[in-house]
Amino acid sequence: MKIGAPKEIFAGEARVAMTPDSAVLLQKLGHECVIESGAGALAGFSDDRYAAVGVEVVKTAAALWKAADVVVKVRGPEESEAKRLRAGQTLISFFWPAQNADLLETCKAKGANVIAMDMVPRISRAQKMDALSSMANIAGYRAVIEAGNNFGRFFTGQVTAAGKVPPAKVLVVGAGVAGLAAIGTSVSLGAIVYAFDVRPEVAEQIESMGASFVFLEFEEAQDGAATGGYAAPSSPEFREKQLAKFRELAPDVDIVITTALIPGRPAPKLWTEDMVHLMKPGSVIVDLAAERGGNCDLTVPDQKIVSDNGVTVVGYTDFPSRMAAQSSTLYSNNIRHMIADLTPGKDGVVVHNMEDDVIRGATVTFEGAVTFPPPPPKVAAIAAAKPKEKVKELTPDEKRAAETAAFAAATKQQVIMLGGATALLLLVGAVAPASFMAHFIVFVLACFIGFQVIWNVSHSLHTPLMAVTNAISGIVVVGALLQVGSGSWLVVTLAAISVLIATVNIVGGFLVTRRMLAMFQKS
Amino acid sequence: MSIGIVSAAYIAAAVLFILSLGGLSGQESAKRAVWYGIVGMGLAMVATIFGPGVGNWAVIALMVAGGSVLGWYVAKTVEMTDMPQLVAALHSFVGLAAVFIGYNADLELARVVALDAEAREALAGFAAILAHKTPVEVAILRVEVFLGVFIGAVTFTGSIIAFGKLAGKVDGKAVKLPGGHFLNAGAALASAVLGVMYFNDAGLWTLMVMTLLAFFIGYHLIMGIGGADMPVVVSMLNSYSGWAAAAIGFTLGNDLLIVTGALVGSSGAILSYIMCKAMNRSFISVILGGFGGTTGPAMEISGEQIAIDAEGVAAALNDADSVIIIPGYGMAVAQAQQSVSELTRKLRARGKTVRFAIHPVAGRLPGHMNVLLAEAKVPYDIVLEMDEINEDFPNTDVAIVIGSNDIVNPAAQEDPNSPIAGMPVLECWKAKQVFVSKRGQGTGYSGIENPLFFKENTRMFYGDAKKSLDALLPMID
Repeated sequence: MKIGAPKEIFAGEARVAMTPDSAVLLQKLGHECVIESGAGALAGFSDDRYAAVGVEVVKTAAALWKAADVVVKVRGPEESEAKRLRAGQTLISFFWPAQNADLLETCKAKGANVIAMDMVPRISRAQKMDALSSMANIAGYRAVIEAGNNFGRFFTGQVTAAGKVPPAKVLVVGAGVAGLAAIGTSVSLGAIVYAFDVRPEVAEQIESMGASFVFLEFEEAQDGAATGGYAAPSSPEFREKQLAKFRELAPDVDIVITTALIPGRPAPKLWTEDMVHLMKPGSVIVDLAAERGGNCDLTVPDQKIVSDNGVTVVGYTDFPSRMAAQSSTLYSNNIRHMIADLTPGKDGVVVHNMEDDVIRGATVTFEGAVTFPPPPPKVAAIAAAKPKEKVKELTPDEKRAAETAAFAAATKQQVIMLGGATALLLLVGAVAPASFMAHFIVFVLACFIGFQVIWNVSHSLHTPLMAVTNAISGIVVVGALLQVGSGSWLVVTLAAISVLIATVNIVGGFLVTRRMLAMFQKS
Repeated sequence: MSIGIVSAAYIAAAVLFILSLGGLSGQESAKRAVWYGIVGMGLAMVATIFGPGVGNWAVIALMVAGGSVLGWYVAKTVEMTDMPQLVAALHSFVGLAAVFIGYNADLELARVVALDAEAREALAGFAAILAHKTPVEVAILRVEVFLGVFIGAVTFTGSIIAFGKLAGKVDGKAVKLPGGHFLNAGAALASAVLGVMYFNDAGLWTLMVMTLLAFFIGYHLIMGIGGADMPVVVSMLNSYSGWAAAAIGFTLGNDLLIVTGALVGSSGAILSYIMCKAMNRSFISVILGGFGGTTGPAMEISGEQIAIDAEGVAAALNDADSVIIIPGYGMAVAQAQQSVSELTRKLRARGKTVRFAIHPVAGRLPGHMNVLLAEAKVPYDIVLEMDEINEDFPNTDVAIVIGSNDIVNPAAQEDPNSPIAGMPVLECWKAKQVFVSKRGQGTGYSGIENPLFFKENTRMFYGDAKKSLDALLPMID
């Protein structure tokens, strides 16, 4: 099949869905590749480089749409592009089907099969084609770089001959992929990083990246697992608490990076105007949610503004596009993995298998029908966070009562056991002769001592313990020695053999124990 | 030597034995403790040999000398990895000796009863003790003889089978004859019947048949227990050999034997208990063989085992600050303890924290791993128990699992249907990275699939443990 990447026509879009590297790998799958002239120019891939790896370069978009069986794109199709689709053609790109119902209808009417990269289900197997994550990762990184660009100080704290520089304090709101990437970048630049998220289960991830989790005391925690790892809208009470916490933090932080998005809804307003006013002049807010209205009240999409009190608010919506070389490489890899899944035979034949969870989930129109929304995937995205066990603080009275109860129970148990043992002994004593009882006392006491002593033996010495008990169980030699003086030859023979093997036991056991113990050394 | 002095020597010996066991609470005091045991044993033997009523000195001298040489030779030549076999083999000796001594008591009793009154007065030593017994005492003596022989016989064959399994001479898998536990129960019941007949003067043959049945029980019982449960088996046999000695002590009316037997018996019993607890299984279920109550299908494991080569492991180790090594039976099999020690030494020389996590049932003998690591000169203060180290895994960069399987199986915590559900395990998967050194993709002794191998932060380092580690060593810098 022929796979073609047109030039993106969305204003300011610099990315391209196919790079020379990915084209090589696509050709290995048995496909032919075609590209519109100049498609990779903004991302730093010239036509010559495509041609060098055997990609056909066509002059116009019209020619490309005509030539390609599978069209790969970054942005969703514009109306003019959608009209170029034909029956049986496959389009792979971002699509946002929930927001673009009309476009979906157009594609359906054209009979094209559309795979939306933003609909790839979040399961382990599909991670390699999760373009949202790979783009979010870049956005998170770039957000920190933009912040640094607009921030007049170091990230890292320094003590120099010219004076002391405090480290920058960064607050990251929303610890999704972008948030975590922002945390990682800020930490590695040397800033002190705090991070907040409504999903308590990400606290561990935040801490693993080197930031401290801003903990919010609240009863009903969100279960991110129920929503496929994404956040859900929170209750008004929760929101109030959250905003109060942010207000508390605002005067202190130098850089705020907000990444909070709820799937299919406008971005929640989390950084209100009064918080911006609380911040120090020169601080920077980077709003990664600007495309959906922004998390900050002052955000203007696609623009950088400066507030009255000197706080810069960055509302760019094209962070990945600003790093077009990097994002094209990653995106084209996502696309390439998707096509690899669509070409199971590696023979250049696209098999659109609607039984496959991943392909089914991402396909929004198929053979003239709208297949969105997809059925829920069979595999849960992430495991549910286990609620933290709460250890109830006991009052001193309760503690004392519990201790008394435990003591009483232990006493009761001991008394019962002692009583039982006494009864048993009395029973034995009633029938057994005095000479037996004398030995029996010794036996019981010895067992008792044994139990007391052995509990103290350290675990690491269990093997020497076995060897030494083995050696001293050779004490049966005493019995054999007593019998060896008998008048009967049979008894003497048996006793002699017993002496022999018991001695082997004794000598062998002790020597081996000594050998072992001599090996234990302190460092 | 008068009977009084002999008794005094016995008391001293008993006290020394107790001190000897008590001294094993720490590595340093343990070195002294062995000497207490040796002196105690020496005292007991000398007092007995030179005490009243012992004859045939030439035989004694010959046997003691022969036994000493044999014991010395065995102790000198045994490999530390073969320690489990040796301990099991030595247990069988105690069992056999107990059987013989029991028979002797019976034979001697028959001889004494047959003598007339005058001749009885002239008897000395053990025979004299028998001669002065009242009928009730004789009855009790028979019970004691019977018990001593029974326990001794079970210990004997059981230990031989355990030896065979540990030495690899007998297949390690659990094998049961058709009839299973009913066969054991039947044999035990038949022994009890024979016992009653024996108490009623049915003659020596009952004792002999019972011995054969007990031999069978010992054989069949241990054959039915799988290799992974060997730590329990060995400590259980240890316990039996003690009880056998105690029973013989009752027969002979010898308090030293009783005390020592009881000490050894309770020691073995406690060890078995500790081992069972470490596997979260009841003693009964281990002895009866097989794993207990699973209620449903095991959890599906998704994902794949990802292999890694020595370069990858070396790179991760070079970057790591803290490393925990989890050795298992596989390390003993591959004789890899020296390589492990060398790796530890190199990593520590680079200023990294290296520690060992030892599960109570790692290996085939309680404390097996500690001894092997000690042999390879790993300092014992970095070798920690499960409870001491389990909480440290989340702060650890690299965990290396060498030849262990079930003791690091997360299914024990995550899958209520797993056969090992509830068994305390080393939570190595919480470390940032886990390397598993393993021969191939197979399951362990217990045949349970291990989800650890499929975890995202786990990499499989396939190959013989010693060869893998030796390949790794030059790359650590």
